[in-house]
Amino acid sequence: MEKRVTFSKWTIGILFAVPQLVLIFTFFYWPAGQAVYWSLTLQQPWGGGNIWVGLDNFRSILSNADYWNSISASLVFAAISTGLAMFIALVLAALTDRQLAGSRLYRVVLIWPYGIAAPALAMAFRFILAPEAGFMAVVNRVWPGFWDPGLDGADAMASIIVAFSWKYVGYNFIFFLAAFQAIPRSLIEAAAMDGSGVIRRFWDIQFPLITPTIFFLLVINITESFQDSFGIVDIMTAGGPANATNLMVYKIYSDGFKGLDYSGAAAQSIILMLLIIVLTIFQFRFIERRVHYR
Amino acid sequence: MTIIKRGLAALAVGALGSALAMPAFAEPVKFDFWFGLSGDLARVVDTLCKNFNASQKDYEVVCTSQGNYDATLQNTIAAFRAGKQPTVVQVYDVGTATMMLSGAYKPADKLMEENGYKIDYADYFPGIARYYATSKGEMLSFPFNSSTALMYWNKDAFAKIGKTEAPKTWEDVGADLKAMKDAGYECPMAINISANESWQLMEQFSALHNQPIATKSNGYGGLDARLEVNKTKFVQYVTDLKKWYDAGLIKIKSKDLGQDMVQAFASGTCQVIMTSVGDHGTVGKTQKEGMNWDVAELPVYAGTERKNSLVGGASLWVLSGKSDAEYKGAAAFLNFIHDPKTALFWSTNTGYIPVTKSGFDYMKSTGLYDKAPYKGREVAIASLTASEPTEITRGIRLGNFTQIRAEFGTQMQAIFANKVSVQQGLDALVKNGDAILDRFQQTYPGKTLP
Repeated sequence: MEKRVTFSKWTIGILFAVPQLVLIFTFFYWPAGQAVYWSLTLQQPWGGGNIWVGLDNFRSILSNADYWNSISASLVFAAISTGLAMFIALVLAALTDRQLAGSRLYRVVLIWPYGIAAPALAMAFRFILAPEAGFMAVVNRVWPGFWDPGLDGADAMASIIVAFSWKYVGYNFIFFLAAFQAIPRSLIEAAAMDGSGVIRRFWDIQFPLITPTIFFLLVINITESFQDSFGIVDIMTAGGPANATNLMVYKIYSDGFKGLDYSGAAAQSIILMLLIIVLTIFQFRFIERRVHYR
Repeated sequence: MTIIKRGLAALAVGALGSALAMPAFAEPVKFDFWFGLSGDLARVVDTLCKNFNASQKDYEVVCTSQGNYDATLQNTIAAFRAGKQPTVVQVYDVGTATMMLSGAYKPADKLMEENGYKIDYADYFPGIARYYATSKGEMLSFPFNSSTALMYWNKDAFAKIGKTEAPKTWEDVGADLKAMKDAGYECPMAINISANESWQLMEQFSALHNQPIATKSNGYGGLDARLEVNKTKFVQYVTDLKKWYDAGLIKIKSKDLGQDMVQAFASGTCQVIMTSVGDHGTVGKTQKEGMNWDVAELPVYAGTERKNSLVGGASLWVLSGKSDAEYKGAAAFLNFIHDPKTALFWSTNTGYIPVTKSGFDYMKSTGLYDKAPYKGREVAIASLTASEPTEITRGIRLGNFTQIRAEFGTQMQAIFANKVSVQQGLDALVKNGDAILDRFQQTYPGKTLP
């Protein structure tokens, strides 16, 4: 008779799963449930009590023009910064993968930006992009008034997009490079011997083979651009000028913690969560079709 | 889980209690004080705490900086909800309405009375006391670090245009700025238009001109107060500022752009700024070599009867849910801070003004205000006491005022970027601000301000 370890009771299986379940419950479902509850009430900040208001919080948020402005700013930010970060990382990774001179050095250096904390990097970019003192001051001297993130919303948006993309180029680069290096050399060499050039090899062989990575990074970048942008916005623009960079996640912070409107902020986080879920479903539903898994 | 936790906590408290009960080796009673100042100012607070601990043996205050005012309030609320609040906390001026409705404090006047300290509340400058007192005049918290806004002016630049005195009216300011521009100054005056400048641009201006910011005596009269800055003299003021900005007489200076206005003034780049008397020390320490400058009261429009300016800063609140021993310590601490000698230490080291008449007199008697780095700071007292506070100039008591200030910044930026007209921007400020006030009122149904 064959000996095999079996668990006679399903309870043992459950017992093994319990630590994980407890963790997930404590750190995800419980706070999320709390947020849902808060979003349906009006919370007194000091805990003096709350009133059930049903969907009033959502109604007042969704009827507020500032909130819609915040949603569209977030979408613009997500689209441009994801596109920029992925495109630049893809180009850099493709070039590094070609083993040009110094590619070992690039491989190390290009990963670093992701290791820098968002506030520190935002501080650096604030200096670099300061219209009176930084690098942009030179540009402003040539074209006076060209760069003014203090009053021009588009300039301020550009600043935070540049800072965020710079950070995520490093992150995307690691994944793209790994994906490129996982492609069998023989495929590329065979194509080269057949006479196809660098560009042709990229589009016909490498690009189709890394689509799973591209898709993965697309999902991650979009999600992160909604959530991880907080530190950069807080240091660089604080949501201004005139709400031009008041991204959803920053508005949650300022309404909730600065304004002590816990219920409104909870409702906003629910909306943000739903938006990210919808976007992710959309990506899986429509973009994943074009991904070739091996 | 929680039952075990509570059990453990009870055990710990019990053990602590019996340790404290042992008579001969009585350790001083420790209590926490959280404050929102950082950098240089935090070091001064730490010294203040050390001085208190050295002055007696029964209590020991543990002082912790929370970084800034916002964070202090947020952290205190979080701690309070978890039952771990400090005994004394520093809350900024505009947090006063939120504190009053929190139900989380022990009234300062009661605390002092219960512990046998006699505080002469009439000794406080009325402009300071009334900002923090209830509508009936009771002091729920202790005024601590206080300042007001002043105009800093560069004497050298004004000498160039033949002036030896600071302009007293906004009409003069306009003419002087124009003259300085013509004399070749790139930046006659610097302002900033973020949430923070609501204080000097909107709040101080309105007080000096006896103009309301909100109905119901700026909110002292009830939670149903609503903004009305879109139909006061403030509209004229913003219109003028915008006009001067368009003419290049005013530049916007902020940290995000490379240089904030205090730096711009100290370096001689800009010739006039309006900021807190608390920056007096910074300007003195960082100014360009040999630059002559002074401070003056903020200007008013010609024909205005000048009223007192508003106090800015923070007060000390004692939170509820602490032991009697800790309250005794807190009372001793507040009494220590109230002492004129502490006022002298505090004001000389920070630039904040003394909050009591006796403190001010004591400082004057030491000849402090005649000496170089401190000379000029007495102008702040003159500005705060320019008149007996009126219904409107005693202060602002509006819920979530931090958010209204943020809205001020947003709309000013929209106005200065030519996205909206002055009137449209201020109308939007009132509309959005009122929504914030509505929400605050709904959060506290049936409650009234004390």
